[in-house]
Amino acid sequence: MAVRFVLDGQVVEIAEPDPTGTLLDYLRGTLRRTGTKEGCAEGDCGACTVLVGEAARERVAWRAVNACILFLPMIHGKALMTVESLSRGGSLNPLQACMAGNGASQCGFCTPGFVMSLHGRAIGALGSELPVADVIAGNLCRCTGYGPILEAGEKVAALEQDDSATLAALRALGADGASGVFGARRWFAPRTSDELAAVLAEHPQARIVAGATDVGLWVTKGLRALDTLVFIGDVADLKAIEESDAGVRLGAGVRYAQAHPALSRLHPDLGELVRRIGGLQVRNSATVCGNIANGSPIGDGPPALIALGAELTLRGPEGRRTIALEDYFLDYGKQDRRAGEFVESVFVPRPGAATRVHISKLSRRFDSDITAVLGAFALTVEQGTIVAAHVAFGGMAATPRRAPACEAALVGQPIDEATITSAAAALGEDFAPLTDVRGSAAYRIEAAKALLWRLWHREQGVAVSVLEIAG
Amino acid sequence: MNAEAAPLWPVETKPSNPHDSAHLHVAGLARYADDEPEPADMLHLAFGLSSEARARITGLDLSEVRAFPGVVAVYTAADIPGENNVGPIAHDDRVLADGEVISHGQPVFLVAATTRLAARKAARLGKVTYEPLPPMVTVDQARAENSRIEADQRMAQGDATAALAAAPHRLAGTLRIGAQDHFYLEGQIGLARPGEDGQIHVVSSSQHPSEVQHLVAHLLNKPSADVTVEVRRMGGAFGGKESQAALFAAAAALVTHHTGRPAKFRCDRDDDMIVTGKRHDFEVAYEAGHDDEGRLLAVKLRFSARCGASMDLSPGINDRTMFHADNCYFLPDVEIMSERLKTNTVSATAFRGFGGPQGMLAIERVCDHVAARLGLDPLAVRARNLYGPKRDVTPYGMTVEDNIAPQLIARLRETSDYDARRSAIAAFNARNPVLKKGIALTPVKFGISFTTTHLNQAGALVHVYADGSIQVNHGGTEMGQGLYIKVAQIVADAFGVPVGQVRITATRTDKVPNTSATAASSGADLNGMAAHNAAMAIRDRMAAFLAGAYGCAPDEVRFARGEVVVGGETIAFGDAARRAHLGRISLSSTGFYATPDIAYDRPSHKGRPFYYFAYGAAVSEVVVDTLTGEHKVLAVDILHDVGRSLNPAIDRGQIEGGFVQGQGWLTTEVVEWDAKGRLLNHSPATYKIPTASDGPKRLRIDLWDGENLKPTIHRSKAVGEPPLMLANSVFCAISAAIAATAPGKADLPPLDAPATPEAVLRAIAGHRSA
Repeated sequence: MAVRFVLDGQVVEIAEPDPTGTLLDYLRGTLRRTGTKEGCAEGDCGACTVLVGEAARERVAWRAVNACILFLPMIHGKALMTVESLSRGGSLNPLQACMAGNGASQCGFCTPGFVMSLHGRAIGALGSELPVADVIAGNLCRCTGYGPILEAGEKVAALEQDDSATLAALRALGADGASGVFGARRWFAPRTSDELAAVLAEHPQARIVAGATDVGLWVTKGLRALDTLVFIGDVADLKAIEESDAGVRLGAGVRYAQAHPALSRLHPDLGELVRRIGGLQVRNSATVCGNIANGSPIGDGPPALIALGAELTLRGPEGRRTIALEDYFLDYGKQDRRAGEFVESVFVPRPGAATRVHISKLSRRFDSDITAVLGAFALTVEQGTIVAAHVAFGGMAATPRRAPACEAALVGQPIDEATITSAAAALGEDFAPLTDVRGSAAYRIEAAKALLWRLWHREQGVAVSVLEIAG
Repeated sequence: MNAEAAPLWPVETKPSNPHDSAHLHVAGLARYADDEPEPADMLHLAFGLSSEARARITGLDLSEVRAFPGVVAVYTAADIPGENNVGPIAHDDRVLADGEVISHGQPVFLVAATTRLAARKAARLGKVTYEPLPPMVTVDQARAENSRIEADQRMAQGDATAALAAAPHRLAGTLRIGAQDHFYLEGQIGLARPGEDGQIHVVSSSQHPSEVQHLVAHLLNKPSADVTVEVRRMGGAFGGKESQAALFAAAAALVTHHTGRPAKFRCDRDDDMIVTGKRHDFEVAYEAGHDDEGRLLAVKLRFSARCGASMDLSPGINDRTMFHADNCYFLPDVEIMSERLKTNTVSATAFRGFGGPQGMLAIERVCDHVAARLGLDPLAVRARNLYGPKRDVTPYGMTVEDNIAPQLIARLRETSDYDARRSAIAAFNARNPVLKKGIALTPVKFGISFTTTHLNQAGALVHVYADGSIQVNHGGTEMGQGLYIKVAQIVADAFGVPVGQVRITATRTDKVPNTSATAASSGADLNGMAAHNAAMAIRDRMAAFLAGAYGCAPDEVRFARGEVVVGGETIAFGDAARRAHLGRISLSSTGFYATPDIAYDRPSHKGRPFYYFAYGAAVSEVVVDTLTGEHKVLAVDILHDVGRSLNPAIDRGQIEGGFVQGQGWLTTEVVEWDAKGRLLNHSPATYKIPTASDGPKRLRIDLWDGENLKPTIHRSKAVGEPPLMLANSVFCAISAAIAATAPGKADLPPLDAPATPEAVLRAIAGHRSA
């Protein structure tokens, strides 16, 4: 079956798509829209940023994504906006004109990506409530030093966008799935979780794809041929965000950017952590559950969610089961997901009034960088004594996991220097981290201990964050 | 020609025309090499890369590669008809390995296929058998095998050994300075198209089209006249496409030569980072003698550079390190030694600053060390050591004639409120147990000219059409730095027409031959003057013709505001052009420029390698988290000297961009090789250039109000490279913040570059325990 999407108000049909062909290659090669650039082909530089839209009530809900790691069938039934869309009338839109006049481009290669990120912010795309610098954290520029780009983003912060033709075309396109057989390969796009469960029962070896921010690289960098893929991005009943006094439940289809406000309300540290996961384009594609399901040793979401006591619900041929999130991670590259099972949702409990939460991510660069060490602490304190301690780390072991010796050193103690000293020492029993490209073993263990001291200083009201000082 | 005699525009109304392609950049309509329409029969290329860093190749089985669907041809070194080389100087850079590999990721064979994906997939199927040798990865390993790209170099003045022995205070230290990947957003790319009768047309993303032309000609045993290289624009270069672009152009040309089909090599980002060179990393050892006030009496510096597996441009780069080891400071007795070690890592190459930044950072470190020993403000030590009257001869024997560093630093000290902020920082540090701030002012003095004297020449070609529109071509390439708009302004001004009347066209070797690389910050100096000379030749002819027609003197003819005033009449420039054409006057001219007054004797490292110096200074304030090593740049004040700016907006863009790029080099950008010589950071996932939030929270850039003493084009100064080194202030400020963890300690924290959080934590531990 064909992939159909709306581009500038018109329906475009791709008759026989390669299911793991990228949107970027299609734009540049077939449509000859060469304004969208390939800078890295792994979702890290943003030169390929385009906007993808879906009909939502009376408007089109747009989000900026990296076209380089977006598989073609993922845009089926959606609208697309590229840099060429903005100046179709032959004149620059106000944002483009402002950037051109403000020295916001030098070599110009990254510029279309910045234009699309900032245009998205100006028209209220997903994440547009974020400051300009956060909206372009997933766009790299090597020439300008960013100042003129940031200024242009501030100056042209809101733009009118007439989406009526796009909306009409999207509605006319209907909601059929893009499932089909493409040569030797199969792409399933179920619309309900029951359909998803049925597909997986029949094809237990199928690769589940939500945002493709991880699996995309298997294709663009690993050059792997993936035979059977199940795309869960169109499963309507997996998109729910249920926020209650008890906590937040996120369906498997909920993207990081969608979950960001609710997670921020659970705790500001969690919101700050999510802000630093990937660039906005990545958070606009990647799901919280996908970040769990793929079993990365680092996270970034899982260590924090483990410390908060999150529970994971899986659904399979035998029905549903709910486990503590930490129990899902068995070993490096090995998770407790049985044949035919899929992660259905994650539930994150709201921390109680007596629970002190501290989450810190350490990376070489603040934004859009993979963690060297992530420490998450949830300490329940009653009458000056720690009565419960959930401590979890990422980047310290083969999986994100708790630190039992450290927790034991904390429980029953007051938060004071002696407790922190012994809890920090206990981390040496909990972890024997590896040296890799993001940090040495020695640094990791020292930094992990430092995060306990940061917690202690914070509890005393001492300024510990260079980001807060910078304002 | 006397460009400086008639200023383009009054100083107070310098035009800040936007980049000539800005309106195309923002619309996605600026065409880069990969955006050219692809002919249906075009082949796509990929290299099979070496898995070993140092080995003999004992077997090569490419049968699976050839059998892969879509593969049209596979080539090895044996298929190269001419010289198997893309090295700019030493002829030691193989296009395809021949019998041995000397670095991990070196291209071994070349695949041509009908799709890029097929070429990439097939390239992974080659079966190469190696007889590996232990690779020399570090400078120590190379030194142990006496592996060098050339002999050690020595630059000296006076007797450093004796002066050191006699100095009242002595100190010594070491510093490691990491490499840097260019991370141009547009990766390396070359495409070739067959012409008739054996000719070949190459589109390359190259800073040096003439060199690509010559290398392709030698590769294919063709005369240079049969090879045309074209570059409209690059998506960033920064030195990384000075010599490194040739490999991809050569591969494409080889395939076109054999198949008669167009061929394109667009390199994948990871492969690009593995296969192409980076900024040199260094180990520096220094000894210094100084007096009670912190004046340097004797300095010995030893620079050991990891040059990688071939010569590339390493001699000139390491020379420039030596040339900038004085920065703005007078070193009365000095010895600068430079070791250029040949390792089994990808060959290090040009990168904005071309060795200068490492030399400059070393002497700033020495200044900081002296200040720490004496408990002085490092700025006081810097100020006392500046060049001045009777203290004005560099270690290479050149007299500094245009020294504005003392005044420039004094002005910046005042406008940045340096002294008050330094006191406030001391108070902040006294009351904050975790966070410590640091501030530093560091200057820049950067020598302008290619230190290889013959490269300081440029050509241009200007046409005036009979409708009065003007076309300009020159040997410089556009990589985002705004060269094209600067040259267009210069030509527009010569004819007194609006800049929109001037069309600058793609750089092509068939228009202007035998050009130098667009490098060494020289693009506008050289090509701007060449274009000016071409334009003035045509203008003079037009003036003589019109003067004859109107019966006045040629120097009474005025070109201004798109019009020509002659004999009391005002005619449109287009009319003047049409009349000149009807009068059979040539309206086309070449122009040429060679920088005067420079001469250098390399064996003795004495002479005048530079036409002039560009200056600048920056104050950076940072905050460091002493628990985790995280840090943030809070505020930066820059005062920079571009002479009489050709385009203030473009120049400011170079300053800001250069600064942030330098900040990345010294903070987040890590290049490491493992023991087997494999590069560990080869994608943006593991190599972190600054993002939008990393630049200074507050940034002020002022241009120094002064013109070049030398008669450069409109008395401007070069701006491409010098601002990068303003970021040395960030490194020195981080070091100052670390020092605050042990106040009163008369020593320097053992901080190496880049100052990653991990490096900062290590330095804090070292400083506290030492």
